[in-house]
Order: sequence, then structure tokens, then C-alpha cells
Amino acid sequence: MDPTPSLFAQILFVIAAVVTVVSAAIVVFSGRILHSAFALLFTFCGVAALYVFLFADFLAVTQILIYVGGILILIIFGLLLTQRVMDLRFIDQSHQRIGSVLLAAVFAAALIAVVVGTPWRIASQSDAPTVEIIGVSMLTQYLVPFEMASMLLLVALIGAVWLARPRRGYHE
Amino acid sequence: MNSLMIYLAIGVLLFVLGLLAVLTSKNLVKILMGVELILNGAGLNFVAFTRFVAGNLDGQLAALFIIVVAASEAAVALAIILNFYRQIRSIDVDLADSLRG
Repeated sequence: MDPTPSLFAQILFVIAAVVTVVSAAIVVFSGRILHSAFALLFTFCGVAALYVFLFADFLAVTQILIYVGGILILIIFGLLLTQRVMDLRFIDQSHQRIGSVLLAAVFAAALIAVVVGTPWRIASQSDAPTVEIIGVSMLTQYLVPFEMASMLLLVALIGAVWLARPRRGYHE
Repeated sequence: MNSLMIYLAIGVLLFVLGLLAVLTSKNLVKILMGVELILNGAGLNFVAFTRFVAGNLDGQLAALFIIVVAASEAAVALAIILNFYRQIRSIDVDLADSLRG
């Protein structure tokens, strides 16, 4: 990799990092739940951009396809199906603020202590495309987790459909 | 953009913000969003380590499996949320107290 990245790349990186963190903060602190859902879109895209800067090309595309195209759509569907449609504000009252902030601060302190205190061994970095390596290891070294993941997806989707189907008992 | 620390800092921020969302929100869907933030932070850490520390692509595969688990988790969680809403007409977590003695 170029040891001194171009100014343009550095500016793009700063933009991606700031968008990721700021929109994640909006997700958490926005009082309106629909704003949180749309801020989540920018968080996912920002993380995908960071994956590009980490030379994880396949993962960046997968992140956009599955998170933005799948999970976020599911979340917005769930949001719109479970709120009264006329009440567009979707207010979310938060609770137990002090304890939560304390616990989050403890976690943050512990993580920062580990990150700063560990002597990371920096390895040599390769800029090769990752698709071929990932594809080969999916079918050799990671064959069992790969098959387990496909079974997990099948079971989860069938289970989700079964859980969400309308039943005659209590459906008004 | 060449340093491991920046990515780890973003990962820590995503994790802590997700944890805050999970702990403070009363809305089930927002709790789900917090879980997704936490999983994104973990995935970002995996990919950063695979670039700067590991020297092979095992971390990227771990991040890929995280995405798979997140997808199935979101599907099942939203099915549960829909059922919950159908029974209680609300998705306030404080109303899920049928099992309280």
C-alpha cells in the first residue's frame, strides 16, 4: 500500500468515519424512532466505506446488500407495522438513563484500556482482492461453518414465517 | 487511515452507542437497532484486525458469519415483535410482564 495515502483518500476516510459515528449517535439519541431508522442507513453505509478502506471489497458489498437491502428494510417494515400509522412522531421515551450511562462508561473504559494496553503486532498488509481467497476458504477450511450458516438461515426464516403468521385465536 | 487505533476507536464507539440504545430504550425495534450497532462494531474490529494484525483473511470470514447471524436474528426478532404487538397492541418492553409473579 502507498505509505502516504493521497489527500483525497484521507478526506474521504475522515468523512466516512465521521458519518459512521455521528449517525450512530443520532440512532441512539434521536427521540423519533423513524429518524433513528434512517440514521442507521448512514451508519451501515459508513461501515461499508470503512471496509473499503480496509481492503475488504467483498465484505463491503455484502454489508450494503444484506444490511441496507435486507436488515434495514426489515426494521423499517417492523417499525411501520407496529406503530399507529397516524402517529407519525413515534416518540421513544428512554428510561434508566443514569445506570445505563454508567454501565456504558464502564464498558468503554475497559475496552479502551485493552486497546491501548495491548502491544499490537502490526503484520505486513496485502492489497490483493479478497473474493477468491474468501470463496476458496468457504469451501475448504470453513466448509462446516458455511453449511451451518445456511442451515441457520433456513431454520431462522422458516421459524420467522411460522412465528409471524396470523392465527385465528387472538387476531381480533 | 493507516492506523489500527482509528478503527478500534470507531468500533468501541459503535459498541458503546449500541449498548446505550439497548439499555435505555423502551421501544423493541430500537433495541434491535442497538444490537445491530453492536454487531457492526464487532465486525469492524474483526476486519481491522485481519488487515493490521493477522496477516490472513480469517477475520473477514468471521465478519461475514456475523452478518449471516445478524440477518437471521433480525428476521426472528421482528417476527417476535409482530406477535408481541398483535397481543398487547404496543411494543413497549415494560408491558412484557406476563410471567412476573
